[in-house]
Amino acid sequence: MKLDLLREMNRERAARRAVILVTDTAEGGSQRLVREAEAGSDPLAAELMARFRSGKSGIVEAEGRSLFLTVQVPPPRLVVVGAVHISQALAPMAQATDLDVTIIDPRTAFATPERFPGVALLPLWPDDALAQLPPLDRYTAVAALTHDLKIDDPALVAALRAECFYVGALGSRKTHGRRVERLTAAGLSEEQIGRIAAPIGLDIGAVSPAEIAVSVLAQVIASLRQDRRRAPA
Amino acid sequence: MLSTDTDILATAEAWRDAGRGVALATVIETWGSAPRPVGSHLIIDEEGNFLGSVSGGCVEGAVIAEAADVIEDGRPRVLEFGVADETAWRVGLSCGGRIRVLVEPVA
Repeated sequence: MKLDLLREMNRERAARRAVILVTDTAEGGSQRLVREAEAGSDPLAAELMARFRSGKSGIVEAEGRSLFLTVQVPPPRLVVVGAVHISQALAPMAQATDLDVTIIDPRTAFATPERFPGVALLPLWPDDALAQLPPLDRYTAVAALTHDLKIDDPALVAALRAECFYVGALGSRKTHGRRVERLTAAGLSEEQIGRIAAPIGLDIGAVSPAEIAVSVLAQVIASLRQDRRRAPA
Repeated sequence: MLSTDTDILATAEAWRDAGRGVALATVIETWGSAPRPVGSHLIIDEEGNFLGSVSGGCVEGAVIAEAADVIEDGRPRVLEFGVADETAWRVGLSCGGRIRVLVEPVA
């Protein structure tokens, strides 16, 4: 691979933009990089678009050549709203599974480096915090854990509009019922609101903050790996 | 700490910037039960330092050895490993799968 191409791939990854590296595997074969925005006008358009959707690398035969497509989608990211007790357990677990974790909470007494060593913290309201991060996207999960609608709701609205691959919200069925009413009033569709995992987490009977963190993380991974699952949970 | 694709490709760039010869190995095809998915990367420098993986550790040694030649002559090549391959007697995948690995210079 040309060093220039490698640099470009690394730049695109840092900016959370998807690219596909097309490599002719034959001896002396060429190599080129295609951005998602340019894929539509590429000779391999249909194949490339499908690959951007699936995120899967693989070989494709085209015009008698064997081409390897390295699909580089942005690394999965978890934005946690709420620097709460559950988040203290969730952040290191999520980092251990290679999720890029950011915690948002405007309550500066909660969002302290002492409580969250080694985790990216933004002690801001969600709208301000999200403006500082790379935009929410299909490769981002958002878990709203504050129990405070002033903080959770704006983050949920942004996550649903950005089609985040996972959107979860803490709270009982009753709390969620009221949330559905508010989000409907805010202009979100039934389908969009229906994507919220609530009550949050897989039903493993979790009790402690750490156990709830496990159930949330498992649910995030289940969404991320949807296509590999044997049966719906 | 496990290395992610981000670390691996960023490290490949950093190694080149430090003037080291670097080869990039990528799993391009798998059959049966293979330990690492298609697209997985392993990078190797001219001294045999490496980061990432293309298998559960079964064939890394052979890939690293081949990478030295790739860095030396600058020619990419495709390697195949698996139980069906005669090299299975030396290196092979104990899980019974087969994989093809592209090893290319970063130049």
